Amino acid sequence: MVNLIGYNSLVISSLISILIVFFSIKNFRDIKLIDTKIISLVFLQFFLVVVSFFCLIISFIKSDFSNETVFNHSHTTTPLFYKISGTWGNHEGSLLLWLLVLTLFIFLFLLKSNDQPKQYRILTLLFQQIIIIGFSIFLIKTSNPFNFIFPVPKEGLGLNPILQDPALAIHPPILYLGYVGSSIIFSSALAATTLNGISKKWAHHIKNWVLVSWIFLTIGISLGSIWAYYELGWGGFWFWDPVENVSLMPWLALTTLFHCILVLEKRFMLNSWVVILSISTFTLSMCGTFLVRSGILNSVHTFANDPDRGMFILIFLFTLIFLSLFIFFFFNKFENQKINSFFMLSKETSILINNWFMMYFLSVVLIGTIYPIFLEVVTSEKISVGPPFYHKLIIPFLVPFLFAMAIGPNLKWIKSDIRNKKYLVLFLIISFLLSFLIIRSLEINFLINTILVTSAFYLFFVTSKDFLSNKFKNISQNLAHFSFSMLILSILFNNIFSTEIITNLKIGETFEGKELKIKFESVDQKNEQNYNSFIGNFKIEDHNGVIDFLKPELRIYNQPNIVTSEADIKTNLFTDKFITINLVQNQEYFNVRYQIKPFMILIWFSALLMGISGILSIYKKRYET
Amino acid sequence: MRLKISISIIVIIFVLVFLIFYKGLKNSNIYIPTMKTETSIPIFNAISFDKNETLSSQKIFDGEKYYLVNIWASWCAPCRDEHIFLMKLSNKKNIEIIGLNYKDKEGNARSFLKELDNPYKKILLDKDGTIAIEWGAYGVPESFLIHKNVIIKRIVGPINNTSYQKIKEIIK
Repeated sequence: MVNLIGYNSLVISSLISILIVFFSIKNFRDIKLIDTKIISLVFLQFFLVVVSFFCLIISFIKSDFSNETVFNHSHTTTPLFYKISGTWGNHEGSLLLWLLVLTLFIFLFLLKSNDQPKQYRILTLLFQQIIIIGFSIFLIKTSNPFNFIFPVPKEGLGLNPILQDPALAIHPPILYLGYVGSSIIFSSALAATTLNGISKKWAHHIKNWVLVSWIFLTIGISLGSIWAYYELGWGGFWFWDPVENVSLMPWLALTTLFHCILVLEKRFMLNSWVVILSISTFTLSMCGTFLVRSGILNSVHTFANDPDRGMFILIFLFTLIFLSLFIFFFFNKFENQKINSFFMLSKETSILINNWFMMYFLSVVLIGTIYPIFLEVVTSEKISVGPPFYHKLIIPFLVPFLFAMAIGPNLKWIKSDIRNKKYLVLFLIISFLLSFLIIRSLEINFLINTILVTSAFYLFFVTSKDFLSNKFKNISQNLAHFSFSMLILSILFNNIFSTEIITNLKIGETFEGKELKIKFESVDQKNEQNYNSFIGNFKIEDHNGVIDFLKPELRIYNQPNIVTSEADIKTNLFTDKFITINLVQNQEYFNVRYQIKPFMILIWFSALLMGISGILSIYKKRYET
Repeated sequence: MRLKISISIIVIIFVLVFLIFYKGLKNSNIYIPTMKTETSIPIFNAISFDKNETLSSQKIFDGEKYYLVNIWASWCAPCRDEHIFLMKLSNKKNIEIIGLNYKDKEGNARSFLKELDNPYKKILLDKDGTIAIEWGAYGVPESFLIHKNVIIKRIVGPINNTSYQKIKEIIK
């Protein structure tokens, strides 16, 4: 019953798209005002998708195994919270969530864009409907979340245990808000280009949408990374896994887009940049969906392996790309930029430099992600691109990027001199001395690390000075740049100062290293609703005699039968102590991994602070001049 | 003019990307690692099927002959397909076929052999599937051709006419 309602409202909502398209075209040249019918229809469409989504949630809560999606991803013993989060923890449900956010955003857009020209609003709606129709067909044709199974199975297969985690329960919806938010930017940029409506006013209006997507994407990526840190038990926060990369690419594009929009709003420049970036942000999100869902990539968390789905998204993705290319080349007025409007030392120049760097980072990530596919198709050779590739290509360019970022925000629009040269030089000297002192005592490559740390420190000092001295003027920008500098600095120190000990221990044994002693005291057993766990008790004593007790856990889930390793992490402001255990096959030994990771908390904190600065920026009415 | 050129270039690039992705989707994504051959056979002990005695791997493979270790089970449908080739091979003089009965019930295995005849010189039991793991097997059926304690050929999946001919050539 519930399934039937869910399925039918999904079908009806997609049929409403046709009505919306029909009325929009009728309304396009007609009257001055937008037809209220259209807005009601858009709301109805959104409402029906909500109904459909709730039906799926209810099926999950009731453990209705006649629904194939529920059967595949739930189990009667799964706790209620994870039954609900299981709704979007799978391919079908997550696509329904996509559709939900798509329809929600276009409804909000129509409500919020009253002051914009009618034709522009309708055209945006039309472009958005193309996307909605595409996804509806995709959902209903290839990944219907309401498929029946007969005979009805007694039990479900269970939710993958690594997805049974609070951070991961909210990570997908937030990330989707970011991804899908970019669809509005995409549609609206196309609409504005078609109508030749790219203007300062448009920039001002779309800026908030960019910010909203950016905030959700930033927080979503951070949550995913936090989850990977303590759940996957690899002791890192970023693995350059294709799935992570596909979320990073829209983020890079979106960040760049935001800076361009500021320039557009202030100076009416970089129009083409804005349009191209708006298009690429959304196509990169789509491309991510394609790469993750088609099974073309073999990654740690590939969702579904179904070439049919892949083919559909691929064709849909390229339809959108060619449509937007067509619109861009035939409607965009290529600005006849007077060379003299760009001065070497000005805010817009520094933003342009920043853009080029961001584009470089973006292409590195893009190539690293899709080159293996290309190579395999062309030469059928399998390669895997890992952190060394990204580090080698990104780090050298990070240095000038950080310097430019430190100086850029202090420049003025149009034309400027470097003010307060004294403190800029002073900070440079201080940063250099500091990094010199830090790096000297370590056994790592001196030159590159000193330069890198110097640039990070420099950005940190300059931004903290801006942050503190400007009081509340520009607080969001200063906060964002400050937290970015903190992020870079913590990542660097985290990399430089991490230590790791991997050893096999029996119960009762002690590992004695130069710096510390690890004693494996005992193992406790615990039975929970849907898993049994072994909890190791470890006593760790470092050379200063500081004693920590850590309890890493091994969980043996019963449905499906999977062993996961839960790290135990002792966190304080400056360092994380991270320990995981794993079973060694057929032996009484446990594989113990103990890591000391400095500044982990600061990495999360600064990433979240970046998100907060975005929120602040939305609430702030005016930008600096 | 410049615009037209750049449009064509960009369109061509995207079409290429599309084609490559398209082809990538068509490719099978199942990863099969390169075959481990020319390695010596694993050492193990196993209970034999009919006499209930324990045999060690050294004893089984100590001759100068060729040996074909065939992992099979009565519940495995492709095993029926390859059975005819195993029967043909069992008539050859310089090869001994050793069956490894994988995760099977004894009664079922017996009726399987009764129905299709027994090509095996010896049959070893692998009730829990651990011996197959020792061999590094991917599944049932799978066969290893052994000469002088070294795996010289490995056949994943049922033996078909091609692999049968190859084996025949090797053991000639």
